[in-house]
Amino acid sequence: MTSETLVEISDLNFSYDARPILKGINMTMKRGQVIAIMGGSGSGKTTLLRLIGGEVVPSSGYVKVSGQVVHQLDRDALFEIRRKMGMLFQFGALFTDLSVFDNVAFQMREHTDLSESMIRDLVLMKLHAVGLRGAHHLMPAELSGGMARRVALARSIALDPMLIMYDEPFTGLDPISLGVIGSLIRRMTDTLGMTSVIVTHDVQESLKIVDYVYFVADGVIAAHGTPAEVRDSVAPFVHQFVHGEVDGPVPFHYPAQSYRRDLNLENALV
Amino acid sequence: MFKHLAAGIRSVGHRTIEGVWQLGHATRFFLLVLLKSGTSFRRFGLVIRELYYVGVLSLIIIVVSGLFVGMVLGLQGYETLQKYGSESAVGTLVALSLVRELGPVVAALLFASRAGSAITAEIGLMKATEQLAAMGMMAVDPVARVVAPRFWAGVISMPFLAAIFSVMGVFGGYLVTVTFIGVDAGSFWSQMQSNVDFRIDILNGFIKSCFFGVAVTAIAVFEGYDSPPTAEGVSGATTRTVVTSSLAILGLDFILTAFMFRGI
Repeated sequence: MTSETLVEISDLNFSYDARPILKGINMTMKRGQVIAIMGGSGSGKTTLLRLIGGEVVPSSGYVKVSGQVVHQLDRDALFEIRRKMGMLFQFGALFTDLSVFDNVAFQMREHTDLSESMIRDLVLMKLHAVGLRGAHHLMPAELSGGMARRVALARSIALDPMLIMYDEPFTGLDPISLGVIGSLIRRMTDTLGMTSVIVTHDVQESLKIVDYVYFVADGVIAAHGTPAEVRDSVAPFVHQFVHGEVDGPVPFHYPAQSYRRDLNLENALV
Repeated sequence: MFKHLAAGIRSVGHRTIEGVWQLGHATRFFLLVLLKSGTSFRRFGLVIRELYYVGVLSLIIIVVSGLFVGMVLGLQGYETLQKYGSESAVGTLVALSLVRELGPVVAALLFASRAGSAITAEIGLMKATEQLAAMGMMAVDPVARVVAPRFWAGVISMPFLAAIFSVMGVFGGYLVTVTFIGVDAGSFWSQMQSNVDFRIDILNGFIKSCFFGVAVTAIAVFEGYDSPPTAEGVSGATTRTVVTSSLAILGLDFILTAFMFRGI
């Protein structure tokens, strides 16, 4: 493992109630890159993020972040490494009882001894970076979906993490907000020297901003490559996914017995 | 026949094991909350904020209910006692009923439905909207930061609310019997004073309300934290909080009364 690599995932297996979710995943994520993990709904993408964050423990294999095996850390060490990670949840997961300002200030107040005036400056800078300095006094309920996502982004970079994970950052956004979030992810990764991992099924938006893509299907990596390689790929699964085709390796129909038998037409004359 | 019997036994066994498992799970969570209560006391501001939501906002229902319960007690007590010509004992009757039983029990039942359900719904929704997971990912323990302050706020509020309930009840009894019906104020207060014992009655009532406070808030925070992260899950958990804590209050009341007031 080189110092270039921030996250290393090796032969990772994870089962939920004896139902295998991930089956032998291998990935490496380099520092300073934006990496997308794509796959259909229920393919285990979010589980992968939870494994990186140490929320769940793998059945076998390991996730190494910055050289440390995450699931072997004790609670204090895990919390220590989580301070260097940010996570953007699907719908922002802002604390509904705190204002926008207090949401962004949350981690600074919990984890640092900074003075209130210093925190104020830092929070305004983080909010400025996502274009919402003027909204610092609002409550989360007063924000639109896109704004909430941007506040959550500001909150996740509050302590300048080395790694940010985004769980479906593009879901449910209008085209403008979608473009804003996409460009923010790219810009912040570059200016703050972070590494970003995006779990998404929004192909077009994410291919514009990422450096590398992994496709996860049925718990295994179906394909991986740079956006250019992925666009030109002839592999049936990648082709179906990237171009959003209805039928293909991922079938349109849920497995069932034959249509004729279901309609009791087995013995009928055609 | 035999198959049905086996299935029946199996289902009873399954439910029993499930129940015991759930009880163990709840106990472990309760101990975890106690263990992680350090933050609540180091940063007491967190508890004070919850005291407002749990305690202060419950005041209105406690004050009004206490007043009416006391008024009814006064009315009923007077009607019965005057048949025996001892209507001056109505003050004692009102005070003892309230301080020993109705104050702690009814206040706790109201507290469970007003504050307990709110605690469960809030924690459950925080879980459903991934706020608790987000907090965990920010290396802040949600049990220490969210659950423990609410627990302690409930435990602290409950005895005060029960005391306020009793005081309002006595005032309501006074209002009905002395002001409206015309029982002698002097005998109303003096009989009460000589028959209500600080240690036996007031202190025991206070201890009861402390037990109820722990039971109600422990159930409320557990149900919230344990609720499935869906709309249905949260509503189910809120209902369970009210039902379980009401039953717990009444059951505990019987046990505590048996220990406290037997042979007095």
